[in-house]
Amino acid sequence: MIRIALLVAGKDLRIERRSRVLLWQVLPFGVMALVLCGLALGPNHAGNSSAGPGLFYLVMLLVTLLMINRSQVIEGSPGTRASVATLGLDPAGVFLGKALALAVELWLMSIVLLGGAVLLLHTQFSGTLKALPSVLVIVTALAAAGTLYGALSGGGQGPATLLPVLSFPAFAPLLIAGERSYFDALHGGALWQWWLISLVALAAYLAIGILLYGVLEES
Amino acid sequence: MIKQLSQRLLGPVTLVLMALTLWLGLWVTPQDRVQGNLVRLLYVHPAVAWVALYVSFGTSVIASCLYLWKRTRSIAMDRIAYCAMEISAVFLALTLITGSIWGRPAWGVWWAWDARLTSTAILLVFALGYLALRRANDDPEVRARRSAVFAIIAAINVPIDHFSVDWWHTLHQGASVFTENGNFLVHGSMLATLFISLFGFTLLFFWLLRARYRLEVRRDERQSSSLEEALEQRRREGAVH
Repeated sequence: MIRIALLVAGKDLRIERRSRVLLWQVLPFGVMALVLCGLALGPNHAGNSSAGPGLFYLVMLLVTLLMINRSQVIEGSPGTRASVATLGLDPAGVFLGKALALAVELWLMSIVLLGGAVLLLHTQFSGTLKALPSVLVIVTALAAAGTLYGALSGGGQGPATLLPVLSFPAFAPLLIAGERSYFDALHGGALWQWWLISLVALAAYLAIGILLYGVLEES
Repeated sequence: MIKQLSQRLLGPVTLVLMALTLWLGLWVTPQDRVQGNLVRLLYVHPAVAWVALYVSFGTSVIASCLYLWKRTRSIAMDRIAYCAMEISAVFLALTLITGSIWGRPAWGVWWAWDARLTSTAILLVFALGYLALRRANDDPEVRARRSAVFAIIAAINVPIDHFSVDWWHTLHQGASVFTENGNFLVHGSMLATLFISLFGFTLLFFWLLRARYRLEVRRDERQSSSLEEALEQRRREGAVH
């Protein structure tokens, strides 16, 4: 399972490196969204605003939805899914691989966007650095849930509006936990309970994905 | 014989219990010392929430699990899961509406970002997402599999919703019928009305499920017959040309 996961993750990341969609399309979109958030806050409020963590996760949500669609479109061309199915790969491995590739891409995006939050939303650098581990865990949970929901919504072939509708209720608790942990990191609150929620969510989505991804691939 | 009798009695018994709840709730039970007449809404709100969260959502999730298990896989399970989720969506919306009507005079706001309210709203979005997912797929098998998986994932939110009042500091009250030791906190006619309401709404769910299920069977039959008619028409057209 792990070997297949690494193979699938490697394949997805190689495709992403060659196509450069992440670098030239998704990243500029994320930065642009952060700039708009800064403009919405205005010059007088950006420095002492408590909205920074929420706005960061709002942008991460938009970016994540784009990346999930992208991750599913890779196998979206006619016949690709069927030919992958005939290889007889373990669906749990495929799920883990796709989730890992998506997580790596989202880790990179989140690091850049955290820098953007410091620059554009004036969130504290030390607090942001303290929030980094929790951001990475939340983003990994988003990647695991997103891979599952990407497959549920039709694997890049279903209507594009379905993915946000399906994934929002699943993402909402993760985003709330992320926002609270970032806020607590900035304002010196206790982080452990948000860490716990994030880790439980990550474990739950990984377990569900490993168990049920095969059912979705069959269909 | 017993099955037929119970099916025939389900509607009338439900109607009688609902009427009884209305009569007891509005005329027989006393006003609350603190809440006054507002307490009468509580003969509806907990029962609606009970059906929304546990009875109908639970039925949908169990039917989805049974659909995914190869031994019990059948179109009937898929239909039950779908119909129960549809009813759950309606009852979840009613839960939020009745809660909001109670919340305005009690808390001073129609809506609060409270853990119980938020998790119930998230559950409603899950139910609506389930219905959207079903409409997005035309192939019955693909639709059934995907929606079954989605229902199982959505079920994670039910315990979060249930325990949210214990896990977080919420505006919504915790357990208010039983104490931790299992003793009743509500007494007399109020307790009786509450239980009649719970039982009545549970029967209402089964009555609605049965009616909705029959409608779904007829819709499927009509779809397949109209497909056959279309094929027959094409054959006839082919024969003419």
